[in-house]
Amino acid sequence: MNSRQNASDVGYSPLAIGLVLVIGIALTIWGAARTHDGPFAIQMYTAMGAFALGLFALVRAYITPNPNAVESRYEDGIVKAGVIASTFWGIAGLLVGVIIALQLSFPNLFYFQDFGWTNFGRMRPLHTSAVIFAFGGNVLIATSFYVVQRTCRARLAGGPWAWFVFWGYQLFILLAGTGYLLGITEGREYAEPPWYVDLWLTLVWVVYLLVFLGTIWKRQEKHIYVANWFYLAFIVTIAMLHIVNNLALPVSFADTFSYSAFSGVQDALTQWWYGHNAVGFFLTAGFLAIMYYFVPKQADRPVYSYRLSIIHFWALIFLYIWAGPHHLHYTALPMWAQTLGATFSIMLWMPSWGGMINGLMTLSGAWDKLRTDPVLRMLVVSVAFYGMSTFEGPVMSIRAVNSLSHYTDWTIGHVHSGALGWVGFVSFGALYCLTPWLWRRERLYSTALVEWHFWIATLGIVLYITSMWVAGVMQGLMWRAYNELGFLQYSFVETVEAMHPYYIIRAVGGLLYLIGALLMAYNLWRTARGDAPEAVTRPNAAPAAVAAE
Amino acid sequence: MTYEAASHFAQTWGLAFAVALFLAAVLYALWPNNRATFENAARAPLNKDEDDDHA
Amino acid sequence: MWNFHKWFERHSLILVVGILLVVSIGGLVQITPLFFIESTIEEVKGVRPYTPLELKGRQIYVREGCYTCHSQMIRPLRDEVERYGHYSLAAESMYDHPFQWGSKRTGPDLARVGGRYSDEWHRAHLVDPRSTVPESVMPPYAFLEAKDLRTDDIGNHLRTNAMLKVPYAKDQIENAEADLRAQADPNSDGAGAFEERYPTVKARDYDGNTARLTEMDALIAYLQMLGAGVDFSTYQADAPENQR
Repeated sequence: MNSRQNASDVGYSPLAIGLVLVIGIALTIWGAARTHDGPFAIQMYTAMGAFALGLFALVRAYITPNPNAVESRYEDGIVKAGVIASTFWGIAGLLVGVIIALQLSFPNLFYFQDFGWTNFGRMRPLHTSAVIFAFGGNVLIATSFYVVQRTCRARLAGGPWAWFVFWGYQLFILLAGTGYLLGITEGREYAEPPWYVDLWLTLVWVVYLLVFLGTIWKRQEKHIYVANWFYLAFIVTIAMLHIVNNLALPVSFADTFSYSAFSGVQDALTQWWYGHNAVGFFLTAGFLAIMYYFVPKQADRPVYSYRLSIIHFWALIFLYIWAGPHHLHYTALPMWAQTLGATFSIMLWMPSWGGMINGLMTLSGAWDKLRTDPVLRMLVVSVAFYGMSTFEGPVMSIRAVNSLSHYTDWTIGHVHSGALGWVGFVSFGALYCLTPWLWRRERLYSTALVEWHFWIATLGIVLYITSMWVAGVMQGLMWRAYNELGFLQYSFVETVEAMHPYYIIRAVGGLLYLIGALLMAYNLWRTARGDAPEAVTRPNAAPAAVAAE
Repeated sequence: MTYEAASHFAQTWGLAFAVALFLAAVLYALWPNNRATFENAARAPLNKDEDDDHA
Repeated sequence: MWNFHKWFERHSLILVVGILLVVSIGGLVQITPLFFIESTIEEVKGVRPYTPLELKGRQIYVREGCYTCHSQMIRPLRDEVERYGHYSLAAESMYDHPFQWGSKRTGPDLARVGGRYSDEWHRAHLVDPRSTVPESVMPPYAFLEAKDLRTDDIGNHLRTNAMLKVPYAKDQIENAEADLRAQADPNSDGAGAFEERYPTVKARDYDGNTARLTEMDALIAYLQMLGAGVDFSTYQADAPENQR
């Protein structure tokens, strides 16, 4: 046990956090009292309740400190909380995805006249935010806190501030998610949360950056391991994107609605600069950091080429930021910006595959492990999906291809090959690694269940992306089809009708993927409880380690 | 500002700047003195920690 | 020599600054010129700020997430122009905070849906999409008819837009609430004053019920003005100043 009790680290932190919470309570009371807007009042009461709970927990921890609390070398409690939160939000987000897929397949069964808040338009942002920000964000926060401590050999900095980041982020998710159902949105994809939730997230994110940097400052290794570079790029760039893209003027300080600072063509490019780099820095850089720690760890070999990782890092972050305009091909965006975006998108193929090669080749000489270790296989297949979708992406950014694919379900299929195959699988792999490590179990409860998860989810992905690819190409071709008299061959609604079977296949694919995630949740729960079969549990390991927690 | 002026600047100085940035990153990665640091760093995830009895 | 490298890899703040530098270039080069290069937005006749009722309708369009299935951006491709009308110009969304170009067409493009269908068709279609289009997968919006439109805050909405350089005149802001009501009730006292302040707009009852001003009125008013503004008889698509 390490005796480095970092009192200076904690110091006035509880007081400062208490102050933030008290200010939060005061502001939310003011907001709830002033508003004439029902949904805004609900949001204020929700936030007020969360702040009050936080204050209660803070005071209780201060009055009755846990007598058994021994400062361990690493802060793992928060990573455990992150594993639980990730699993919960992952299942919630996938479930909403299955529901909206069913709405498009069977509108008469899954829309309700009396429950307008369950309509597709409100549930779709709930799905995207839940899987990207709630699931993905929690995985990133949890793994980054784990990896930065291990690779710096230093305890997480900031004491209770790390918990502020964790719970503050959950509050952001809660307010954003319930807000969508109440009809609170800024109406820009992946940046839907309202202005006051944006402000709250900014505060949480700055603290996150400081906790992460503070840990790096305490490190006992000279060099900063490359995974931390990727985490840093993710945190810093997301802060920049979030602040610039969400510049807006609220109608009143007691109203949910705000008007974006930009309009029309400038608003469009700012939004897709943000949107594409949410993919680039949230869903790519952050998860590459996971790859750079968990693949070597699980394969028990160093990364294939550390030098490649450095070149690929700088090339990736430099090129990604330019690629946004490929979302606006053939629109009213000036041509030069479209060309620039497409050019950089195609160049982006190189550093993307640099990362893929580095991840895959880490296995060289140990390929046999893929047969016996389904967790490692999940991680490696995720990297393969990363390579596949980062090849498809540049192809779709070519103007001629984009003229066909844009506005169709091909885009949806492409996004999901990245989201389900890459982000999902690499996250599941990390969660399967972390759970036994954190709860000090010799092994997972069931490797067979991991096998089932892997194959069911893979089948789900294949159904999803092939159906959406076929549907998207068909849709694009039908829109531009002419009959022999030179008239458009199909009315729009005929193309909607043609989607029907593919939408059903897509829903089945999504359902399979959800079932896989449920198997994982069960497996992780049994693992954490220590239910691994007796015969393989190391005789003295489990109970002693648990007591030391 | 006209489109021509902006694009001329980007296609000359802008391009040179981007190439210089890339060369700097490549030089850094391939610089012989850094080899030992990087080989050491690559093993960072594999170092066994006293507190971690896994792996 | 090359101490620079050690400095770089050991000092996390330098790393942070390096990252910020590298990731800001792209945004600066792509986005900022759009605010300064004069040719970004064409000069056209006929684009005007939204009336109070249309602005409220647009807020409902945003709130219900219509942009998740409908685009408002017609591309200059033969089939799109034939299906939806003249391709969209940057000028047409210059007062749109936020833009609603969309990225997906689960339903058709709406950039020029204004005037294509009757108010009554829109009402029936929004209440139950499958009553007018049996194959539709659109959600039902009957609840809009039952919800009174909130009117007391419309002045703030216009004022906020004016702060963002949307050219609302002083009397348009001051009379916003009266105009909001008048546009949906052609027989009201305020209808004449409204039509003076918004010369190209005619007051009319959008949802077939003048007794109540509902969210349905506002949404239909918004849908019916989409794309109808630009005077294409005076717009020269091939003129050099319109090449971007």
